Amino acid sequence: MWLLVGTRNTLLISITGTVVGFAIGLLVAVLRTIPKNPGDPLVKRGAMRFVNILLSVYIEVFRGTPMMVQGILVYYGLMEAFQIDLAPITAGILVVSINTGAYMAEIARGGIESIDRGQYEAAQSIGMNHTQTMLSVILPQAIRNILPATGNEFVINIKDTSVLSAIMVSELFFMTNSIKGAIYRTFEPFFITCVIYLILTFTVTRILRLIERRLDGPDSYEMRPITKEEKAEGGVEI
Amino acid sequence: MSTPVVQVCGLKKTFGRNEVLKNIDFSVNRGEVVCVIGASGSGKSTLLRCINLLEYPTGGQILFHGENVLEKGMNPAKYRARLGMVFQQFNLFSNMTVLENCVVGQVKVLGKERAEAEKTAVSFLQRVGMDQYVDAKPRQISGGQKQRVAIARALSMEPEAMLFDEPTSALDPEMVGEVLKVMRDLAESGLTMIIVTHEMAFAREVADRVVFMDDGVIAEEGPPEVIFGNPKLERTKMFLTRILSEK
Repeated sequence: MWLLVGTRNTLLISITGTVVGFAIGLLVAVLRTIPKNPGDPLVKRGAMRFVNILLSVYIEVFRGTPMMVQGILVYYGLMEAFQIDLAPITAGILVVSINTGAYMAEIARGGIESIDRGQYEAAQSIGMNHTQTMLSVILPQAIRNILPATGNEFVINIKDTSVLSAIMVSELFFMTNSIKGAIYRTFEPFFITCVIYLILTFTVTRILRLIERRLDGPDSYEMRPITKEEKAEGGVEI
Repeated sequence: MSTPVVQVCGLKKTFGRNEVLKNIDFSVNRGEVVCVIGASGSGKSTLLRCINLLEYPTGGQILFHGENVLEKGMNPAKYRARLGMVFQQFNLFSNMTVLENCVVGQVKVLGKERAEAEKTAVSFLQRVGMDQYVDAKPRQISGGQKQRVAIARALSMEPEAMLFDEPTSALDPEMVGEVLKVMRDLAESGLTMIIVTHEMAFAREVADRVVFMDDGVIAEEGPPEVIFGNPKLERTKMFLTRILSEK
């Protein structure tokens, strides 16, 4: 029973954390890759510079410090400094999301920058503005390309939620530890937990592969026969 | 005489210290087919890319129906939608099917209804002989087919002029013909076209006017018979001898 609760919480935190982190990362990367035109007014350039610096600080701070420390700082820090009493699991989801966001921001930036310049130029040449280009052409391709890396983050999140036991989140590792305390055995509960982690991570990677294949679409295409009427309507013989 | 569709006055473009375009004056009238020839690095592609503002000119004017598009307050996206561009590397949107490639601009930029846009797209795909491939993804078709779809994509926006940037240079020799055939058909239909090309025989055949560029300037321009048959300048002659002997 305890293991089930632990598994549920671990899944809840890692799924929410990865999804929210993915969204944060994408947003940050989109903001950081807005092209800078020399013709822009000074105010716009200044604002963009300021936002860029802010985002760089966010990425560096959350990538450069351990998630366990971030968890303790957020959970106890908010409690002591602002008397905000978050439920441990809420604090946990918050920390995992922000942390994943920082990693995903760099992954997504790589994804966006890897798209061939020609794709931007073609979109612009048919009159799309930057937003239309990003939404219709660049992001769909970039998101497809960063899915494997997102799968990595997901797996890491499933495993690393165990550090949230430091702030009393009743995830899988925390619950296993509690079982250990109750039955005075270490090997059996942790072995079972190990298997559960493995099942979770394996399932997640399979599901992501499936999504990738869905996005790629079918390998072949159907030729659409042209009817005689269509041919008669025009259409130059090539 | 009516105003040219596109007129370029005193156009300059520098990349760092490298002066690629030096004071270019150039214009295209409605229905005219202009072929731009010249050695690699002479500035042909840069001129074309400046015309639809993929490169921002360092100096000079670009007039579209007499209106300066470099003026403040002009929307470059709106202007680009009225010019079609075909790239050397095709640049089809790889996340979309052939049909979607030709539909997306009409819907997002021109605000057309989807059904209507699809109809337009299919009719232009038919014109380039690619209507059977509407459901294919760009990675599933050949280079020549990609370029024909790219032409249909540009035509679907119903532009006032088409710019071709070495449309056959990235193709296998056996596929050059099918693309040139489509372009020849377009030229005959009275479309305004600016074509940067290394296909001299094609230029000679379809162009109303040939422009020879050398080292960032327009060295010589005139009807194809004159440029190819009896060029005035020694460097035009040398270029033509060199490129024709390679074939």
